[in-house]
Amino acid sequence: MFYRETGQYKTTYSADQALFPIAQDRYVIYAVLFGTFVVVPMVANEYWINAILLPFLIYSLAALGLNILTGYCGQVSLGTGGFMAVGAFSVYKLMVAFPELGFITLVLISGLITAAVGTFFGLPSLRIKGFYLAVATLASQFFLVWLFNKVGWFVNYNATGMITSPPMTIFGVLITGPSAPPAAKYLLCASIVAISALAAKNLARGRLGRNWMAIRDMDIAAELIGVRPLRAKLSAFAVSSFFIGMAGALYFAVWLGSAEPTEAFDINQSFLVLFMIIIGGLGSVLGSFLGAAFLVLLPILLKNILVDGFGTNIALAAHIEIMTIGVLIIAFLIIEPHGLARLWRIAKEKLRLWPFPY
Amino acid sequence: MTINGASSEILLKVEDVSLAFGGIKALDSVSFDTRKGEILAIIGPNGAGKSSMLNVINGFYHPQQGTITYKGQTRKQMRPYQAASQGIARTFQNIALFKGMSTLDNIMTGRNLKMKTNLFWQALYIGPARAEELKNREAVEKIIDFLDIQAIRQKAVGKLPYGLQKRVELGRALAAEPDLLLLDEPMAGMNSEEKEDMSRFIIDVNMEYGTTIILIEHDMSVVMDISDRVVVLDYGRHIADGEPHEIRANKEVIDAYLGVSHE
Repeated sequence: MFYRETGQYKTTYSADQALFPIAQDRYVIYAVLFGTFVVVPMVANEYWINAILLPFLIYSLAALGLNILTGYCGQVSLGTGGFMAVGAFSVYKLMVAFPELGFITLVLISGLITAAVGTFFGLPSLRIKGFYLAVATLASQFFLVWLFNKVGWFVNYNATGMITSPPMTIFGVLITGPSAPPAAKYLLCASIVAISALAAKNLARGRLGRNWMAIRDMDIAAELIGVRPLRAKLSAFAVSSFFIGMAGALYFAVWLGSAEPTEAFDINQSFLVLFMIIIGGLGSVLGSFLGAAFLVLLPILLKNILVDGFGTNIALAAHIEIMTIGVLIIAFLIIEPHGLARLWRIAKEKLRLWPFPY
Repeated sequence: MTINGASSEILLKVEDVSLAFGGIKALDSVSFDTRKGEILAIIGPNGAGKSSMLNVINGFYHPQQGTITYKGQTRKQMRPYQAASQGIARTFQNIALFKGMSTLDNIMTGRNLKMKTNLFWQALYIGPARAEELKNREAVEKIIDFLDIQAIRQKAVGKLPYGLQKRVELGRALAAEPDLLLLDEPMAGMNSEEKEDMSRFIIDVNMEYGTTIILIEHDMSVVMDISDRVVVLDYGRHIADGEPHEIRANKEVIDAYLGVSHE
C-alpha cells in the first residue's frame, strides 16, 4: 500500500541506475541519515555512544570491507583482525609523527597503508581458493599481530607494548582521548562510515563490482570475457583492506583510546567480522550494517536482560550469552542462509503486494 | 553456397594444433581456417575434441604444438585476456553465467573491456564513470532488445529457465561486440521452438553485425541449415572440411558417426 513502484516511471537510464530507484527507499534513506546525524547526537547519552553506537559503526565499517572481499569477490579472509591492527598501528605512528596533517587525513593514509599490506597478503589468492585461501590469510593474521608485539618501533618502544592515542582535534573539537565529547566521536565515525558505505555501493554497481562478482560466480567465464583475475582479486583485497584499515584506526584511536595487539586484534576479531557478514548477508552493503548491529547489540541486550532483569550473576550471564549467540547463528544459517539482508528484501517484496496480494 | 556472402579473407587459421592431457590426445595436428563473416560448424562424436578446439582458440588451453593465426598475427598460443581484447567472445556448453547477478549486470560485464574509468571515479560514481555506465547501458539495451529479453532485465539469472539462460549468455558474448564468436552447443537441451529461435538469433548476428561464428552443435539439421562450412573432428583428428552438402556425402564422416562395418 505504501511501498510500491507502480506509477514511478523511469524515462532515462540514469534514473534506472540510481542508487535507490524506488522513491520510498529514498525517503527511508533520508530518514535514516536525518536520524543518524541530527536526532541521535541530540538524544544519545555517553553510555549509548560509547558502548553501543561507536562499536556498531566501527564494526559496520570493518564488515563493509570484508563484505567487499568475501561477499562480492568471493575470497574468504580470516585476516581482518590483523588488517585492523595495521590500520591502528599506522594511525598511531602517524598521529605521533605528523599530528599537523589532521586526523581525517591520517585515517585515510592508514587506510591506504592497510590497502597496500592487504594487497600483498592477497597475492596467494591468485593460486588458491576457498578454505585454502582462508588458511593463507590466517597466516597474515598471526604474522601481523606477532610483528606488532615483537618490533618495538611500532609501539614507540613503550615497555608495556600498549599504544595510546594522543589527543587530536578536528575544527577545534577534541575527538580522541578520554576527555573528547562522545557526540563528536560519534559524528566523526558516522560521517566516515556513511561516506564509505556510499563509495562501496557505487563500486558494487559499477564495472569493478561486476568484475568482482563475475570472479566470484564463475571465474573461468570471467577470465574469458576479459576480466583479469589478478586485477580483480587484488583490487578487492585493496579496497577491502582500505575500509578495514580505517575501521582499525577508528577502533583504536577513537573508541578504545589505547590498545595492545594480542588482545585487541586477535583472531576472534576476524571471526566476529566474518560472522557479521554471514549473518547480515554476503554481497550486500546493508547486510554489513545489519550483521554488525546484530552481533554488537545482541550481547548487550542479553546482558542487560539477564543481569539487570533477572539478577543472574555476571559469569553465568556471560556463558548464557555465548550459548544464545551460538544457537542463534546456527538457527540463522539454517533458516536464512543468505542473511538478514535477504529477509529485508523478502519483506520488501511482500510489502509491494500488501494488503492486496492478487 | 553461402547465406551471407562470406568473404574469402581468412580471419582465423589453425595450423597443426596438437593438445594432449597426459597420454590422451585431445587434438592431433588439427588444421582449418575460418573466413571472415562465415558461420563455421565444428561437428564430431562425443570426445572428438570440439570443445578443446574452442578452448585453444580463446586461450584457455595451451596447445603443445601448432600455431594460431588470428587477424594476421601468428601465435603459438592465445591468452584469455588477449583473445577477449582482440574480439573473441564465447558461450559455454554448460551455461557459465554469473548466477548471483541480474541479466542486465551479466550483459554489462560482457562490456567490461569497453570501460576504462578508474577506481576513484567509480567510487564517486560521477563524471566519466557515470557517463561511461550510461553509454554502455545503452549498448546493452540494444542487445536486450535484439534478444527480446526486456522482461527479465532485473531478474537474477540463476532463476531463469534454461532456454533464457542460453539467450542471456549469448547476449553477454555479444556485448563485447566480438569479431569472432565461439558458440559451444548453443542449442543443447532445447526444444524445437527454442532451437528455431536460437538459430534465427545466430543468423541475425552473423548478417546484421557481420560477426564470424564458429559453433559446435550436435543437431545435424541445424548444422546443415545454418552453417556455411563444416569441419569434422573425430578422436582429435580433423577428418573432413567442406560445405554442408559435401560433408553429408563424405564417407569418412558417415563412418565416424555410424561406425564402420567390419565385414
